[in-house]
Amino acid sequence: MSAVMIARKVRKWEKLPGKNSFCCDGRVMMARQKGVFYLTVFLIVGTCSLFFAFECPYLATHLSPAIPVFAIVLFLFVMAMLLRTSFSDPGVLPRALPEEATFIEMEIEAANGNVPAGQRPPPRIRNVQINGQIVKLKYCHTCKIFRPPRASHCSICDNCVDRFDHHCPWVGNCVGKRNYRYFYLFTLSLSLLTIYIFTFAIVHVVMRSVDSGFVKTLQDTPGTVLEVLVCFFTLWSVVGLTGFHSYLISLNQTTNEDIKGSWSGKNRLQNPYSHKNIVKNCCEVLCGPAYPSVLDRRGLTQDDLPVPASTAAQSNPVPQTTKTTAPLIPNEHTPDDAKSSIADSAISHAEKGSPSPKKEKPSTPAKVPPLASPETDVEASIIIAKEKAL
Amino acid sequence: MFHNLQELRQSPSLATKVFIQRDYSEGTVCRFQIKFPSELGSRIERTLFEDTVKTLNTYYAEAEKVGGQSYMEGCLACATAYFIFLCMETRYEKVLKKISGYIQEQNEKIYAPRGLLLTDPVERGMRVIEVSVFEDRGSSGSSPSSNVSSGISQR
Repeated sequence: MSAVMIARKVRKWEKLPGKNSFCCDGRVMMARQKGVFYLTVFLIVGTCSLFFAFECPYLATHLSPAIPVFAIVLFLFVMAMLLRTSFSDPGVLPRALPEEATFIEMEIEAANGNVPAGQRPPPRIRNVQINGQIVKLKYCHTCKIFRPPRASHCSICDNCVDRFDHHCPWVGNCVGKRNYRYFYLFTLSLSLLTIYIFTFAIVHVVMRSVDSGFVKTLQDTPGTVLEVLVCFFTLWSVVGLTGFHSYLISLNQTTNEDIKGSWSGKNRLQNPYSHKNIVKNCCEVLCGPAYPSVLDRRGLTQDDLPVPASTAAQSNPVPQTTKTTAPLIPNEHTPDDAKSSIADSAISHAEKGSPSPKKEKPSTPAKVPPLASPETDVEASIIIAKEKAL
Repeated sequence: MFHNLQELRQSPSLATKVFIQRDYSEGTVCRFQIKFPSELGSRIERTLFEDTVKTLNTYYAEAEKVGGQSYMEGCLACATAYFIFLCMETRYEKVLKKISGYIQEQNEKIYAPRGLLLTDPVERGMRVIEVSVFEDRGSSGSSPSSNVSSGISQR
């Protein structure tokens, strides 16, 4: 059978479940609703532009040229932290593949025993002891996993996020383990920038008013009024937020835990993650290791295999090559056909005892089992079927 | 690819998968339980398996250590507004590469000859160590799986 072979590189981000949006071929990962993020960028860039246009020329000549220089450095740092927070993976936990999900289900059933018909099964909870304290791990029905401690499921992004803090619409992303320090540095530097611009805008108006009068000053530099207004209202919220997060960091708590009152002391529940020392807590949160993403967004999926244009008549649906946006139900298709083909090369050579090439994993670096995606398994099974037909 | 697919026809089938869970007794640091699963009882010596998991735990502890090196890395990165991560590999990523090499070596030397295959935890979101157990055609009538489930069986 002759068929037109089409090779198409599909990266893993295109198949990831959840409601994230990706840019730059998987390098950028954000939530779907980005409107408020654009507003944040507009406010920061706009206010700083007004500052550089109206205040800086006067202050550079009448006070010191260091003032605009420091403002530029601070502005660039704020933007770098904002973009880092917004564009990075917050610490999303990939969903369980079908075998893992089944394994967990069996464990749950074994633990629950026989539930009489008509009765609700007990809630799926696993108790673990952390530093001498019992912590309940909840089961996530979407991701089919028991959530690790401190992880939580974000309903906006439809992902479980490790050390989930909160979903921030201002940065257009979740704040979790991987980007919390960038978020904190963003709020801190933005507080400084806001205070800086507010202060020097006032200084500028005062200095100019001495020479030309208050009303004329406002007429000459209308941008100043806008800056002062924006900074005044931003100050309270951003400085307050920075203070709140400084408090959380000193206690090694997340916003999520604070809101739920997990460690408020009732039922004698103490925070098992705190080192009981402010310095140690700050060091762990801000100076800890930079965790890598476990999502592998830019890896290639098995769609990289040549796909025949005319597929054999199969009960399986035609594989979609566009990014799926609906949440995935991992139990729909069997993954074994795809995965065993990868492992078999290792096992077969091991069993035959032959000194074949030293690779347990597939030769090409990208051929790792895909994350919970039925489409790739469907395509692999179509290819296997075609092989058998030929 | 076709090399692998041809192997599929002759090669043994996947019997079951065993998942080694995380050990949270010391907090959220990455650590796996050193509990020998019963499904592997006949396939591999307990000490070999436990040594593998212990070594992995040591690697992860090294990666997540909050100490002098992580402070230096953090301060340097902060001073460059984290742009340095665009060109430099973090310590964690370096350790993950070492782990990947270690798992490959363990698979080649110890697990593949016994019909087992370890999957790097990073491919499972650092949640589990997945051990694939293949049917042992060499021995007579031994069934390694104690969990019989339609979800896991080969179709």
